[in-house]
Amino acid sequence: MIKAILVFNNHGKPRFIRFYQHFPEDMQQQIIRETFHLVSKRDDNVCNFLEGGSLIGGSDYKLIYRHYATLYFVFCVDSSESELGILDLIQVFVETLDKCFENVCELDLIFNVDKVHYILHEMVMGGMVLETNMNEVVAQVEAQNKLEKSESGFSAAPARAVSAVKSMNLPELPRNINIGDLNIKVPNLSHLV
Amino acid sequence: MSEIVERTLSALPGLLLQEPPPGVSSKLGSLIRNITALSSRQEEEKLIQQELASLKTTVSSPNTTLRQMKECMVRLIYCEMLGYEASFGYIHAIKLAQQGNLLEKRVGYLAVSLFLHENHELLLLLVNTVLKDLQSTNLVEVCMALTVVSQIFPREMIPAALPLIEDKLQHSKEIVRRKAVLALYKFYVIAPTQVQHIQEKFRKALCDRDVGVMAASLHIYLQAIKDNPSGYKDLTGSFVTILKQVVGGKLPVDFNYHSVPAPWLQIQLLRILRLLGKGDPSTSEIIYDVLDESLRRAEINHNITYAILFECVQTIYTIYPKSDLFEKAAKCIGKFVLSPKINLKYLGLKALTYVIQQDPNLALQHQMTIIECLDHPDPIIKRETLELLYRITNEQNVTVIVQKMLEYLKESKDEYAIITLVGKIADLAEKYPFINWFVETMNIVFSIGGDMVHPDIPNNFLRLLAEGNELCAWIMAAITKLAAVNPHSSLVDRLIQEFSTCLDTGIRQQVWELKALWKDAQLLQRLFPLNSSCEDLSVDASLSFLDGFVAEALSKGAAPYKPQHQRQEEKLSREKALNLEPYGLCFSPSLPSVGLTDGHSPSGISVVSGASGNSAETAQKEENRLKMDGIRKVWGKEGYLLKKESKSSNPESISPPLESGISLGEDEEQAGASGEQSLELVSEEDQEKKQLASSLFVGLGSNAVSLMGKTDQTTHKFKRKSKMGSKATEKSSLNTFVDQNHITQTSNEGHSIDTRPFPAQGPGSFGEQTVDAKVSPLFANTNLDIVQANKTSLTFHEAPKTQHVPSLLPELAQYAHTELTELASSDNLSIYSSKVWKDDNVLLALVFVNQNPLAIKSITVKMEDSDSITVSDEGIVACQLLPSAPSLLHCHLQEGMLLLWIRSSSSALSDCLLCQCQKALEDH
Repeated sequence: MIKAILVFNNHGKPRFIRFYQHFPEDMQQQIIRETFHLVSKRDDNVCNFLEGGSLIGGSDYKLIYRHYATLYFVFCVDSSESELGILDLIQVFVETLDKCFENVCELDLIFNVDKVHYILHEMVMGGMVLETNMNEVVAQVEAQNKLEKSESGFSAAPARAVSAVKSMNLPELPRNINIGDLNIKVPNLSHLV
Repeated sequence: MSEIVERTLSALPGLLLQEPPPGVSSKLGSLIRNITALSSRQEEEKLIQQELASLKTTVSSPNTTLRQMKECMVRLIYCEMLGYEASFGYIHAIKLAQQGNLLEKRVGYLAVSLFLHENHELLLLLVNTVLKDLQSTNLVEVCMALTVVSQIFPREMIPAALPLIEDKLQHSKEIVRRKAVLALYKFYVIAPTQVQHIQEKFRKALCDRDVGVMAASLHIYLQAIKDNPSGYKDLTGSFVTILKQVVGGKLPVDFNYHSVPAPWLQIQLLRILRLLGKGDPSTSEIIYDVLDESLRRAEINHNITYAILFECVQTIYTIYPKSDLFEKAAKCIGKFVLSPKINLKYLGLKALTYVIQQDPNLALQHQMTIIECLDHPDPIIKRETLELLYRITNEQNVTVIVQKMLEYLKESKDEYAIITLVGKIADLAEKYPFINWFVETMNIVFSIGGDMVHPDIPNNFLRLLAEGNELCAWIMAAITKLAAVNPHSSLVDRLIQEFSTCLDTGIRQQVWELKALWKDAQLLQRLFPLNSSCEDLSVDASLSFLDGFVAEALSKGAAPYKPQHQRQEEKLSREKALNLEPYGLCFSPSLPSVGLTDGHSPSGISVVSGASGNSAETAQKEENRLKMDGIRKVWGKEGYLLKKESKSSNPESISPPLESGISLGEDEEQAGASGEQSLELVSEEDQEKKQLASSLFVGLGSNAVSLMGKTDQTTHKFKRKSKMGSKATEKSSLNTFVDQNHITQTSNEGHSIDTRPFPAQGPGSFGEQTVDAKVSPLFANTNLDIVQANKTSLTFHEAPKTQHVPSLLPELAQYAHTELTELASSDNLSIYSSKVWKDDNVLLALVFVNQNPLAIKSITVKMEDSDSITVSDEGIVACQLLPSAPSLLHCHLQEGMLLLWIRSSSSALSDCLLCQCQKALEDH
């Protein structure tokens, strides 16, 4: 399980924080500081894995991070996650942000904290990986953006806006169609169900 | 992209002074701009408090529209992220989620999930909203509700939401089904009993036609199987089928990530299979195939492939063991460990740490890499290496390992690292309490660890000290000294009485000494004069005062004293004297003479045992480099242990780092050929590392042997043992097949024979072309040499070489057998081996293949040090030289030479053999 996703810049300023396990407010800040402290003093040519500090759960916890220019993306996970898997999940996350914001930069994150949350909602839910397919995530996010645009257009008449939204369809990706027939088949299971 | 981020940051101050980016609410924009302009934490705090105050009035005002409220929430989220509490806004966040339109609701839900925790009292107010949205016809609302449920939901309200979410499992949109599954996962985690009854629905989700839903359901299964592996064994086949399809590329290309099909799904499935197969042979049996395939398919050199490989390796070592998968996994670990990428190296070390208990020899293979990692600039790698070493400690290497740990501890500043390391060191020190070392180590631990040391550690330390008899003896010695000062203490009497019957000899001796001295107070005082502790004592190290005594003894005919090493050398040289002379190919005159004409032939095949002749000299040469005593534990719990341990515990014959890309065998061969020269080339640093390796990996995967400073003894033992081995008497039968270039050697000993491909190893001999290979336990101490006479290589010309692919004799091929595995090869000759399971015995077939266009006149099979093919001193065994032609093999073992001759009724055989034998003799 992913316990927390922390994004801060090279000076340790938090840019995006999401905890999937509850910590009191001051504890959260301490975790951010400690994580920054651990991560920032590491060169770029060392490994991307760290053992969690004493705060965030001890030896069962790992910090997996990537450093992109001015930002550190740190995922704090427990032992049920694969290190390399998470490392690439960070990459997918950042690439998705890049697609959604068209050349993402630190500023995008600062000014659109809420949007970053919505993007993440499509990838990670309650600490569990929901979707790793970038196109799928981007499609969901774009649908929500459309929603927003229509919303601002109808702002004078909220009731109509809602109905407009209701009639809207979320995108269907072709991969979701006919998969049952063509692909994953789970034999010997019908009798159990 | 990173460039862009950098560029943007440099433009940040300018940007901030100008217009806010489009679409950003102006108030949030100005807040951010103001914060960025600040230089100190105090200023920031002041500014945010102001901001919060103004927010508080805005949100509590009845005139604030929901639209404004939404904007306020984003600012509150921002403030909370910076660490400032805004609890006044929580209730408004809930209201917003309740009353707002879709977008406002979204912000409200987000704020709630960020602000509140599961046990927060306000959360109950959200439940109704969630329930309402779950029933909404709007897809977006349903999704938002499911998201918030998966993040934060009060446990006691689960029954209210559960039926609604169960319904969503049948929703027509897969995104809803997927999110519903994850919401159920959340319920499973916080209240497993409440979702027990919907197991069936989980199974349906597993069979969902959407891969995403199926993948989401794996989260539940991973957790459930972790809790109760035996409850889900019936699903093993299904998971295997799914994984097979994923690995086989049956998913749409959409699921590919860097052309790897659904890697995260694969990882998840491998983890599930690991839990299912753990310690369960029959379940593991189902899993083997797909693991093999996963390993094979993961070829692309990308991070994510390695992620899959790593999971495979862990799974292979967790489920019921299978030897050929072990082999592949071991290769895989090698890829990780030797990778120049630090992430992979780290995982390689982790994998080694994981498998070390099962396969200690794998660590031996990579010992030089491990040593290098000890000095790695990345402290994380260092720590992982120490963790690995921590797992392999034994009595002999514990001091060196603890030394390394202490070095790391001294450098370390990270509190967490110090605490864990201190715990480990203390643990080791307590486990192997060599008292002086223990006390010293613990002193260092306490001085570095300070307050961070767990209180149990000093407690245990004191307890162990109190239990130790040695400590008691020290105290007795101290009391003896004190007794000199105070000669009338009744306490001393009491102590003498109490401890003079003590079971510990050390204490008893001290007490008896004290008792003797106690009677003579004057002597005691002379012996321990007051305040003399600082006076220098003159010690006569040469013990010259004993000269008279020695002279007297010598004159009475006592043998002069020889230091221990001299004694050993002499002993060794005596033994050498026994076998320095090479035995020729003569026959013992005492052999029963058998006429060649009557079809019984004392053959010319000479099998020279390891302790004699040329091989003895080889062995002596080896002495400088190979100390193998006690190290050859060829069989372990899991079957045949990959070899190389002989090198491992040996300072000078350690293989060079594997990065060189040259296989060990070749290296060794070269080392052998160029002799001493290559040894000199090894830099001092390397020597140091090797020395370190030898002390770290001593005793690993073998009968423990300490090599530090004891090289003489061990070689000595080795020599002796090899002689003993050839004389060992144990009944076994030996079948021999001879067929032109194929020599098949068989044994029906009780144990099964395992022949894996062994990296060639062993020393070269006398400048001849030599390829050595270590063969199965059958030949536990045997080297296979292809010794090519020099003259043959002279006649060898540049003929285009076509690798001859050997096949088993058809008679043998009909039985179950393993593939022919190359044991060793030279330019001209290759040796292959194969296991053949016959009805009642197991054969080890050795196939010799001539790779040279020239005909080979003879092949001499030399058994060096035939420890395990034990043949009685003199005996007859049944054998088959030709299939269908039974014959008798006579063995005669004399002074380390093994003579074989064969009786057979088949006249053709004798002629054939005779011819071969004579040729062999001629060649010599």
